[in-house]
Amino acid sequence: MEPITWTGALGPVLNPMFTWVGMAFVVAVALQVVASFVFRPAPVGAVMTGGAANGPKEYVDIASKYLFFALVVLVVLYLAAGLVMPFGKAGIIGAVSARLAPVWIALFVTFTLSFVYKRRLGLYGKLFDSTIGMIGFGLVMFWVYMAVFAGLFDLIATHDPLSQVSRMKNKLPGTPVAGLDPATCGHSCWYLLGGDNLARDVFSRMVHGSWIVVQIAPLATLFAFMVGITLGLPAGYFGGKLDTGLSFLANLILAFPVILLFYLLVTPEIVATGIPNYMATVLFIFPLIFVAVLLNSRFYTRPRLRTPLLAGVMVVMGWLYLSLISAPGSKINILPGSLDLFDIASGILVVFVSVVFVNSPTVFRIVRGLALDIQTRDYVAAAQTRGEGPWYIMLWEILPNARGPLIVDFCLRIGYTTILLGTLGFFGLGLPPESPDWGTTINDGRKLLSIYPHPALVPAFALLSLVLGLNLLADGLREESLRD
Amino acid sequence: MGLFILRRVGMMIVTALCLTFIVFFMTNLYPNLEKLAKSQGNFRMSDEAVETYLGERGYLQPTPIKYAQWLGLMPGFVTEKEDGSIVGKCVRPGVAPEDTPRYCGILQGDWGFSTVSKAPVADVLGKRLANTGKLMFWVMVVMVPSALIIGVLAGMKEGSRTDRTLSTVSILSTATPEYVSGVIFIAMLASTRHGLGPWLNEMGIIEGKSLFKGSAKTAMDSANLQNFTLPVLTVALYGMGYIARMTRASMAEVMTAQYIRTARLKGVAFRNIVMKHALRNALIAPFTVIMLQFPWLLNGVVIVETLFSYSGFGWQLVNAAGNNDIEMLLAVSVVSVVVVLVTQLISDIGYVYLNPRIRIS
Repeated sequence: MEPITWTGALGPVLNPMFTWVGMAFVVAVALQVVASFVFRPAPVGAVMTGGAANGPKEYVDIASKYLFFALVVLVVLYLAAGLVMPFGKAGIIGAVSARLAPVWIALFVTFTLSFVYKRRLGLYGKLFDSTIGMIGFGLVMFWVYMAVFAGLFDLIATHDPLSQVSRMKNKLPGTPVAGLDPATCGHSCWYLLGGDNLARDVFSRMVHGSWIVVQIAPLATLFAFMVGITLGLPAGYFGGKLDTGLSFLANLILAFPVILLFYLLVTPEIVATGIPNYMATVLFIFPLIFVAVLLNSRFYTRPRLRTPLLAGVMVVMGWLYLSLISAPGSKINILPGSLDLFDIASGILVVFVSVVFVNSPTVFRIVRGLALDIQTRDYVAAAQTRGEGPWYIMLWEILPNARGPLIVDFCLRIGYTTILLGTLGFFGLGLPPESPDWGTTINDGRKLLSIYPHPALVPAFALLSLVLGLNLLADGLREESLRD
Repeated sequence: MGLFILRRVGMMIVTALCLTFIVFFMTNLYPNLEKLAKSQGNFRMSDEAVETYLGERGYLQPTPIKYAQWLGLMPGFVTEKEDGSIVGKCVRPGVAPEDTPRYCGILQGDWGFSTVSKAPVADVLGKRLANTGKLMFWVMVVMVPSALIIGVLAGMKEGSRTDRTLSTVSILSTATPEYVSGVIFIAMLASTRHGLGPWLNEMGIIEGKSLFKGSAKTAMDSANLQNFTLPVLTVALYGMGYIARMTRASMAEVMTAQYIRTARLKGVAFRNIVMKHALRNALIAPFTVIMLQFPWLLNGVVIVETLFSYSGFGWQLVNAAGNNDIEMLLAVSVVSVVVVLVTQLISDIGYVYLNPRIRIS
């Protein structure tokens, strides 16, 4: 069987076009920069009356705009051809695009629905008014859908991320898998993005790696927010000794170089002492406290609703909490096996705990600052006069009004957590060495980087695009929430 | 002001004590000590042998006592083995037993003995710090001016095309952690088979097959453009975006101020407004940000030094942590904590100093 090239049958037609349009675009952008310094923009009134008002600057602007659109159309053609043409005929790009078909469909549906109903969707709908925000959202959802389809439905990957195929070591992208019958192998005929130094499929590992990131990063950020909010609100609202003490603790953790902390926490020796389990016990209880206080402060005047609601929620969350922290063989094994809903591998748990631990002091400081600022507002004074309790004011008056900056920070922080997870993988800490997560894969690939770059570059660009998407999304959200 | 600095220094010492105690506690947990004993002795040691090894070197005393010994508040642990040789905290190879001091802690200026490098911690770490200092210097030289230029250019006309382009560039750079940009740089610029190097070679522009070197091992003795560009660029890139964004925000805020509007209405040229009126006020905030970037740079330095195998401070951290080199690790954490706290102090003092509104009140 023949190895496939990047663009396959499309190459002779589209590649020269792509090169020319791309070069023209680069030239146009360079001209645009020069023009913005040389020529003055056309007078505004003249543009409105039409006619020959456009100066050279405007022509360059228009040219670069259309060249950019032409580039986008060409890229879409490469991708769309993969969906229409038989698998492998449209080259590696087409084949990857064909494998990603579920992701394209899901993205299309999401964007269409969001566009149609954007006026009814609040801040989320407003995101679709900003180009930057939309691009960011698109990138993030691309990876989320890929992770979900690969992790839950086993759709996108062509091979098992851990299985090794002999004679496929460090093979270039598009190499046919050795020893497979061309008639029956179908989509798994090729290693689409090549093989790594242990002869595993780079494409499948990247796809499965996204599932690890998408599982851990948002959840860890959420936990960090729970910890930060539960401690930051009272610190800002009450002030005094509580504030001094908590701020000192937060600064203490922040003064630690993150990598030193990781090296101290995330080693098999420390895992053996059970410290991560104890830390998990402390850190994971904060969501329980948060929800309990949240519900109690709202409904305490209506005990007949409050008591069953609180009891029900607490039983469910308590059960989840106990199943989360207790695992057979670790230091904390309280729950009998039959009641234990799920077990988390000690490696994953320690990664999770340390990421939460590193993130929560920063969240604490942000929430504390916001609480200090908002508590001077009139509506807080009104609530105090009304006789509301301090926790009601904190959770139902201050917190909702601090949501804008917190949502923006949440997006940024997921990106930062993704970077931290990558760092852990890069240093080979926590996650098992054969794990397909991006940090570990980059670490694996960097040894032979200058000879076989593809095993390291693929996860590197994956991580880059996800974090970039999150940052752009945060930027768009900030812009739109400031506009109110 | 004097009282403020004094209070901050006091706080710094308390924080440093707390942090070193945490590091001390973590590195002195029994599994870690066992690993140390096995890597120092041999890997097939029995549990009893580990016990005696640790016991006669004083590792099995209670942690607070060991901590006090490390600080130099208590005499160092000494035992005489059955064969008459003396082992203990203050014993160094090549120093006669009668010359061995009783106290050997931080207060006596003794940073301990590295069990991995078999040399005093202060000597090893001094060399590493000098290497990292060189790296950091060039990072600052590259990062700070470029970040300020990008930020000022973007912020002086908020919402313009230049602003949007430069802001996107800075978002892109904050979204690229060092291990991603480093890998991309090595693959594209330092490979003899792929990327720019072979292409330029074919065109006859460069001599060798690769543009830059993917390893900075030689840069420790003689840094040149070929072996030092990529590490410097990698660290600088990640920090640059953040500083640029802060500068942009600060510049954009200043440009909307009343006095700038007055100057514009007065008919001052735009160039002069930016250079003479806006810039000075706009650079106060970035100063604080640059100072607070040091701790983050430390992270970048660890990654980049590992990636480019450059034996500096970060490389030493990874090495010490991987081998549980307790005293080295403690010294490393003291240094990094001091760096973090001193930069915070400088940024606070500098902020007060640069901003007359705060200085007067």
